[in-house]
Amino acid sequence: MGRLSRATWLYIGTVIAAAAVVLAVSPYQGISWSHLAVLAVLFLVCESLPTAIMPRRVAWSPGYAATLASVVLVGPAGAALVGAVSAFALRRGPSVPQRMFNGAMYALSAYCAGQVFLALGGHVGVPAGNSFAQLIGPFMGAAAAHVIANYGLVAGVLWLTNGPSPSAPGGRSVLDLRLPLPDLGYAVFGLLIAALWRVVGPFAAILVLIPLFVARWAIAQFADQQRAYEATLRVLCQAVETKDFYTRGHSERVSRGSVMIARAIGMHPERVEAIRYAGMLHDVGKLGVPTKVLQKTGKLTEEEYAAIQLHPMRGLEIIREIGFLDEALAGIMHHHERIDGRGYPMGLAGDEIPEFARVLAVADAFDCMTSTRSYRGARSVAEAIAELHRCSGAQFDPAFVDALVAAVEREGWQTPEAPVRPAGEPVEAAAHDHDDPTVPLRVIGTR
Amino acid sequence: MKGNQDRHARPAHTRRPDGPGLRLLAVAVGILVVASLVQTIVAGVVAIRFAVAFSALIALGELLRLNLPGDREAAPIGTACALAYALLIRVGPVPARHSAFQVVAVTGLGMILGALPHLAVGRPARLAGMSSRLLAVACVALIFRPLAGMSGLVRHWWVALAAMALLVTVAWLVDVFLSACIRVASLRARFWVTFTDELHVQGPLGVAVGASAMLIVFAAEAMGLLAVAVFIAPLLVTQVAFRRYAGIRATYLQTVRALARVTEIGGYVEAGHADRVSRLAVAVGRELGVAEPELLELQYAALIHDIGQLSLHDPIPGGATVLVSLEDQRRIAALGAEVIQQADIQDSVAEIVRRQSDSYGGPAGSRGQQPGPPLSSRIIRAVNAFDDLVGSSADAGRAAEVIDRLRLDASAEYDPDVVGALGRIVARRSTLPA
Repeated sequence: MGRLSRATWLYIGTVIAAAAVVLAVSPYQGISWSHLAVLAVLFLVCESLPTAIMPRRVAWSPGYAATLASVVLVGPAGAALVGAVSAFALRRGPSVPQRMFNGAMYALSAYCAGQVFLALGGHVGVPAGNSFAQLIGPFMGAAAAHVIANYGLVAGVLWLTNGPSPSAPGGRSVLDLRLPLPDLGYAVFGLLIAALWRVVGPFAAILVLIPLFVARWAIAQFADQQRAYEATLRVLCQAVETKDFYTRGHSERVSRGSVMIARAIGMHPERVEAIRYAGMLHDVGKLGVPTKVLQKTGKLTEEEYAAIQLHPMRGLEIIREIGFLDEALAGIMHHHERIDGRGYPMGLAGDEIPEFARVLAVADAFDCMTSTRSYRGARSVAEAIAELHRCSGAQFDPAFVDALVAAVEREGWQTPEAPVRPAGEPVEAAAHDHDDPTVPLRVIGTR
Repeated sequence: MKGNQDRHARPAHTRRPDGPGLRLLAVAVGILVVASLVQTIVAGVVAIRFAVAFSALIALGELLRLNLPGDREAAPIGTACALAYALLIRVGPVPARHSAFQVVAVTGLGMILGALPHLAVGRPARLAGMSSRLLAVACVALIFRPLAGMSGLVRHWWVALAAMALLVTVAWLVDVFLSACIRVASLRARFWVTFTDELHVQGPLGVAVGASAMLIVFAAEAMGLLAVAVFIAPLLVTQVAFRRYAGIRATYLQTVRALARVTEIGGYVEAGHADRVSRLAVAVGRELGVAEPELLELQYAALIHDIGQLSLHDPIPGGATVLVSLEDQRRIAALGAEVIQQADIQDSVAEIVRRQSDSYGGPAGSRGQQPGPPLSSRIIRAVNAFDDLVGSSADAGRAAEVIDRLRLDASAEYDPDVVGALGRIVARRSTLPA
């Protein structure tokens, strides 16, 4: 938890005190203690498993199923007790105050859920065979109350620690309304557990949770593969950069710049993810261009120029079969088109150029200008922005130039350090860079 | 690259045309379904409402088929519903009195209905998988239907639970056994290796399906027919999770392939080399009884075994590592292993690539002093040499010549067992019509 402000401690203390009061004054008559014990153990098992994080930062929470089943089977006070058990979860991470807060939070939200359940006309106890239909309404109310209370209490802590704009590192709001939906889904499984309790007792919970645990196993496998997949993509970029050590880190930075533009124009998160990959891989086709052409000092022959112009197509050839969004592929293929139609490989103009390609083109040129090349030093960000503005409308889409400029002004831009030449080895230095708008490629026989 | 398009399109596990055993199985199951249908119609359908409902659910499950890693398919929801119908004791207050034949008929009908949309959009029918699933359900139905009315089962839920758990396990084993037989026939793998592979791969999903089947039985008893649909939900979550897992596995393999293609487009190796080596290496591995997890590592390693060449300033002529000095081979292998380690592909893959340059006998005089290279490295070494020398030519005579040459080198350079397996596969390939 690190260092917390006094307000945060006050807040945490208040939540814990409120939970203690609720647990102390609630009436516990008529509660089946054996049911409660089974449910508490169940909840503890759910909470003790390390949380598998879904790719989009959605925590997997089978615990909701257990607390909501308790709402039906043992009522608000019993559910609060079950929730409080969360403090004793056998997980190594949380500190003692964190554990107490977790327990208090679950207790309070389960209690709220229980009260809503009663208010909507739900009956506490093992449901009879024909009462399933009457159970659904109150249960859904309880589930919503549980999830909302839980999120409210957590959001309070985040608000107090991170300041008034609760924003996750990825730029997503913590209070994003889409977040609680999967939790609501898991909560519904509590209804299944409660409804089957009459027939098979606690086995109801086991039978309902087994498929969920298997799902969780699959998600863990998924996360593993996802990690390996991203690392392999990175290697694919690095393979490109072994060709010319001056362009080291270029792919990562273009990727970052493209994401900045994409966010600034409010692109859908899934497309932002796709453009991140597209930025990383945009120059992969350079691998198909002979090293001596990329590093040539003099003017290029027609043939060599054609080889460079072909690199977006080569890139496409390499990564075509990867199950990307098609948009990323189109972006990679067309990232050297110009708005005025004088680009390559197809000579598309204006809106014919895919949106991804227009974004990549701006980020690509911007990073090229702000990094050191063998034939010139790095330009300052201001100079590069001026150059982007100058070419805006002819080479670049003005909307995306403006978006990048705004984003750079807001978030800043980390320019790469000048690369250090590897000592000893004679390195051939390129006299041009195909990405550089200030130094057009010189071809023999022109100008 | 144009000529390689069809080569790339072919899946990694090339299947032989379905053998006579598989056809026999499909025909036998077909006869069983038809006979059950006739028997059910003649004897009269019991509780037609339940039959229709379960048939619809099975059809839905079959429609939502799932591709598992390793070119397998499963229909978890369909299987769970079919098992539940076989294990049904009562629906609400009404005892379920349908016969085992009716279970087979309803399941068969549901499966066929669910498969029709797949056929309509041009996907394969996958008769093998459907047959083995149906046989598993039929086994459970034959054992359990006569018992369903017994008073002991109805009165004590725990007796029912235990019996069901046992039968669900039996069904799972039958399904695994049959799928293993099918894979052995189509992939030419060893039975025991394939059977344990299937146990591992189908294990988690099998547990989820079994639990859901029991869940549905009890839900039907407690809350009637409508609840059955609701109780599919947990399995649906499992299915979604597995679909994502299978999806990323496929994407990952494609990325590794892309990485392999980098060396080809960069002009370091001949086009199609990586793909051919990986397919042949997997075939050799299977011939030698390598289990699936290692087979997957072998496949990855074989795809990117030449990645180290990227760090060379000038491509080797023709990219054939077999023609360069041993020292250079070592250097390329070590560089490749370095790249792979960065890629966070399992460490074992990097090790396989690193050791591919070690000759089987080890450097002169060192035999027996240090452990030899792992089997996967030995396979890649031999298969890579074979492909470097044969290339994309389909000439059977040339292939046989190269095998003979490798045999001569064997025991010093190449593992004789690997070369033997390679020889068998190449001989088999040349006798089969392309």
